[in-house]
Amino acid sequence: MKVLTQEESKRITDRIMSLTKADECTVRVAGGRTGNIRYARNNVSTAGLVNDASLVVQVAYGKRQGTATINEFDDKSLEKVVRRAEDLARLAPENPEFMPAVSKQAYKASQTFSRASAAIDPEFRAQTAAYSIEASRKNKLVCAGFFTDSHSFQTVANSNGVFGHQEETNIDFTCTVRTEDGRGSGWVKRSATDVARFDAREASDVAIEKALRSVDAKALEPGRYTVILEPAATSDLIGFMLGGFDARQADEGRSFLSKKGGGTRLGDKLFDAQVNIWSDPWDTDVPVMPWDAGNMLARERMDMIKDGKVSALDYSLFWANKKGVRAIGAPGNMIMGGTDKSTAELIAGTKKGVLVTRTWYIREVDPQSVLLTGLTRDGTFYIENGKIKHPIKNFRFNESPVTMLNNIEAIGKPQVIAGDEVPYSMLIPPMKVRDFNFTSLSDAV
Amino acid sequence: MERRAFLNISGLALGTMLVPVFGNAIAAEELLNPLAAKFKKTLADVALNAATGAGASYCDVRIGRYLNQFITTRDLNVESVTNTESAGVGVRVLCNGAYGFAATSDMSPDAVAGAARQAVAIAKANARLQSEPVRLAPVKGVGEVAWATPVKKDWRTVPIKEKAELLIAANKAGMDGGASFMQSLMFQVNQQKYFASTDGSYIDQDVHRMWMPVFATAVDKATNKFRSRQGLSTPVGMGYEYLDARFDDKIKAAGGVCTLYKNSYDLIEDARACGRQAKEKLTAKSVAPGKYDLVLSPEHLWLTIHESVGHPTELDRVLGYEANFAGTSFATLDKWETKKFKYGSERVNIVADKLTQGSLGAVGYDDEGVACKRWDIIKDGILVNYQATRDQAHIIGEKESHGCSYADSWSSVQFQRMPNVSLQAGKARLTPDQMVKDVKKGIYIVGAGSFSIDQQRYNFQFGGQLFYEINNGKIGAPLEDVAYQSNTQEFWNACSAICDESDWRMGGSFFDGKGQPSQVSTVSHGSSTARFNGINVINTARKIG
Repeated sequence: MKVLTQEESKRITDRIMSLTKADECTVRVAGGRTGNIRYARNNVSTAGLVNDASLVVQVAYGKRQGTATINEFDDKSLEKVVRRAEDLARLAPENPEFMPAVSKQAYKASQTFSRASAAIDPEFRAQTAAYSIEASRKNKLVCAGFFTDSHSFQTVANSNGVFGHQEETNIDFTCTVRTEDGRGSGWVKRSATDVARFDAREASDVAIEKALRSVDAKALEPGRYTVILEPAATSDLIGFMLGGFDARQADEGRSFLSKKGGGTRLGDKLFDAQVNIWSDPWDTDVPVMPWDAGNMLARERMDMIKDGKVSALDYSLFWANKKGVRAIGAPGNMIMGGTDKSTAELIAGTKKGVLVTRTWYIREVDPQSVLLTGLTRDGTFYIENGKIKHPIKNFRFNESPVTMLNNIEAIGKPQVIAGDEVPYSMLIPPMKVRDFNFTSLSDAV
Repeated sequence: MERRAFLNISGLALGTMLVPVFGNAIAAEELLNPLAAKFKKTLADVALNAATGAGASYCDVRIGRYLNQFITTRDLNVESVTNTESAGVGVRVLCNGAYGFAATSDMSPDAVAGAARQAVAIAKANARLQSEPVRLAPVKGVGEVAWATPVKKDWRTVPIKEKAELLIAANKAGMDGGASFMQSLMFQVNQQKYFASTDGSYIDQDVHRMWMPVFATAVDKATNKFRSRQGLSTPVGMGYEYLDARFDDKIKAAGGVCTLYKNSYDLIEDARACGRQAKEKLTAKSVAPGKYDLVLSPEHLWLTIHESVGHPTELDRVLGYEANFAGTSFATLDKWETKKFKYGSERVNIVADKLTQGSLGAVGYDDEGVACKRWDIIKDGILVNYQATRDQAHIIGEKESHGCSYADSWSSVQFQRMPNVSLQAGKARLTPDQMVKDVKKGIYIVGAGSFSIDQQRYNFQFGGQLFYEINNGKIGAPLEDVAYQSNTQEFWNACSAICDESDWRMGGSFFDGKGQPSQVSTVSHGSSTARFNGINVINTARKIG
């Protein structure tokens, strides 16, 4: 599927609207091409190119709603998908929580497109892999990595006059470099809208250096340590916690943001005063679509945590209406404020501590306290008197991001990092945190 | 299991599902009309010819039509009913010893031929980096064959109203039982998969799967405490008959703490128990940390098997192909080569199979056209084999693939995925109640909870749904805040008893994540209740702000 222009998309959404007699209709069109190259054992293992698009039509008769999608765009298919959605809407039970489609929105364009990223071809991908593979071979190391790029579009429209269309490009690169004997492992991740901000050689060198430095890790007793957490070590922890900012759950008493006796902790100071987290679709480092595709509401710059206080919760249309709150499009990115300090400066100011490159396999143990468990991976080091002294074996941790963000001693310069298992584009600083709870040792390298 | 996929679909943490995640909606009248095999064969031949014409030495084509229906309910409301369809063609080639893959949703001959040529171009671009050419184990072409999941009641023929009413009734039962909030879902899957290759196979398969998770939450606003309990159904490779709730398929858990289910499921009964037990958890005793003998029900143990045996014995991980994402494995080739590596105690026998009827992994052929089979992974506690695909078989000295290749969509490249990996039942007669009698200080765990394991599969931590103390041979009070931590090899060597065949049943996952780009796969794991002595249990209670 080629990337549709605004005019081509508009023709499709207008055609859909003209085909239905339902009380209301919303349409989402999205598609494009995604390319990738994957390598392991210093060889390319797979590579691919996928072209696809989908057209989602949602119609409603009163409080009955049906959704249908299709990936063909000829006139017959457009008619077919509308009839399917109408059929489903007639079959579906009434939803007492049904909310009408939103009224016309003003979407202020964000810089989600880069011409350079859109021009990436198989040769570029192969060359990206080649940088890691050749440098690893030269250092007698073994690398595994993945580079993916996409050029896509997204269109939203509804029968109340909503219309938005925007193109988007993204690249994501991860590389793990291991020593041939498996005693050392290093990792790097880079994400960007514009491939011009990506240097495959620089990134590969980071993973190579970490692999070489992590050989012969020593065991350190589990316990509470001061830690320097690189951005990739906290992105999923913070992302997980922010995913629980749902207002309804908090109001219903089943969230860490529920207040004893009823109500929410909106406005409470739950975190260290240095913690500021906001969302901004127009941020030039992590731009995202200016709308929330789910409900088509415009996104706004929104403070989630301001000076350590919970300053916003996520309201669905239904819950916002019930609570008399103005509904805003759900955030697509998360930005945490920081300083100009580098990770090296945070290390330099640490008498004794642990440097964590990344965390892995994070799962919630207790939603009441947002207790999460997971492990360190691919570069864990012991710090003494401001210097990395030696690599250490990986730890399992049991820690709540709420506690972690309360125990901050210092914050560094934010870096772009897409979460592993959270849906946000993120700009996260390295952090120095006291009393981080490591509960057992892992033999994994 | 992949958390993001599950959350996206269930909407538990990220809000209500608004955009279908599995593809495109279809009308009921078209559900039962698959694409004609003749059409698919013609299209497949277009791709095979285009690929070989462009220089491919091997080509396979997968023409897929994936139909799904998701129904989500919350309390007494139906939140969404979504029918989805995704259709398209994926072409994989070997050229100059390297793989190339391209996929298109345009099912015209020109587009499919274009995708085939694109795949060859990608393979050629990558071949220059290849130090060792891909080597495929031979597969004899099977000509034109078909396979289908044995289904007694096709979910596509059951009215939506009937399904929605069942889910609402389950939610009502849970709330009557004591839950403050209930959520229930129904996932129904039909994969119509056509595979053709230059080996001379044209394989048409019709795969059906179902799952109906239930979630109960009890809230005590006075104490600001909330607890949840999930349903004990398992995702299955069968039809709507799984919901028949046959009396003979019900099993009493040890100490009679709840009812468990074997080949069919009583959604209403379990939902009511969910509500009751979620409320009970609000006042359950917090566990004292320490060493315990754990008695683990199959509804719990499947996940431990999955993470600590299933994944480490995937040969692609062992070799390093997943090093950048899912990780590698401690079960390295040198350990396997000794034929003495004691993975578990002598009573631990673990078998891989893609044949067990009703399992998620059961298909006729994998996504490389290899007929499915069964083989030993751990025999009498010793690691004896792995899970392999065509391009890996020669590494472990085998002449043919294990048939472990799978792609979650026509647009995804196929790669090594886990077959059903199951713990065999004990040979001597032993019921869960008899097993408990031998335990002085233990915990009985039912149902899967949180799960996490390191990237080489040594250190793990598991929670659960229901925990009961065992004191001097008797099931006691419910416990809370329980998680156990262990090392895989130590854990399986601590296996001191396994119940007999009458207790054997399967659990499984709809969303096992692996690969880059990440794909999900479905897999079942069977076991009987098993005991593990002296396992470290931690208390997970915490206070924040």
